[in-house]
Amino acid sequence: MNDIYIQALVGGMVLGLGAALLMFTLGKIAGISGITFSAITSYSSTNLWRWAFLVGLIIAPIITAQFGYKLPTEAATGIPLLIIAGLLVGIGTKVGSGCTSGHGICGIGRFSKRSIIATITFMFTAFVTVFITHHLF
Amino acid sequence: MKGIIFGLLSGLLFGIGLTISSMVDPKVVLGFLDLFGAWDPTLAFVMVGGLLVYLPFYHFYVKPKQHTIFGEPCDLPNKKNVDAKLVVGASLFGIGWGLSGICPGPAITNISGGVPGILLFVLAMLIGMMLASRVEKII
Repeated sequence: MNDIYIQALVGGMVLGLGAALLMFTLGKIAGISGITFSAITSYSSTNLWRWAFLVGLIIAPIITAQFGYKLPTEAATGIPLLIIAGLLVGIGTKVGSGCTSGHGICGIGRFSKRSIIATITFMFTAFVTVFITHHLF
Repeated sequence: MKGIIFGLLSGLLFGIGLTISSMVDPKVVLGFLDLFGAWDPTLAFVMVGGLLVYLPFYHFYVKPKQHTIFGEPCDLPNKKNVDAKLVVGASLFGIGWGLSGICPGPAITNISGGVPGILLFVLAMLIGMMLASRVEKII
């Protein structure tokens, strides 16, 4: 099997382990959009774990860089589109109560009907969006 | 203190997983979302890897026990019904994800990379989250 697929499988297991550790120790779902929203909108000491989680995400690539796994040096799309995309991702994950991590990994792992439907929905609109932007224009 | 230590460790593992699996690279994500192009299955391997760990962990530990290793109750979502908010929100998120190849986890993990477009994406995402309550009113 291709090296990148093995790294993807192992990487997926490591992030699954991170999500499991969060539930095992603090009893929380590892939903990045929810963690981010709560971290920036409510100020209380019960929020410290969320900030710590986000700090962990941010410093993780500094550690992996020692082993040759680096962050990308460019985005795949132009700035105006990235701003529109960011707004849609922010609004959509808040209104839809989750993203790829909370619905896609934790929710599907729990066999949650809501998360399975959310994941099918955002995958579908993402496939259609990429079809339109890559093949029609 | 416990929250800070385990929050940090969990975030670190999650971010390391995102980075070594290439999910931090929007091109790889868009390669998966481009079903009718040169399809790149990498993202599917990441999801399988994540579920391979989380699914048995949930069903063999969390579901029967319902509490953490420290004896505190697990905070699990109690909503069961599929409503318009869920579907509209997920649809909008998918459009934004398809336009950029970036979802919230990789967006935040990319902050130290300092790519201007991705930093603007993160800022726009935070603003979008704040605006969401206004959108919710019209659904």
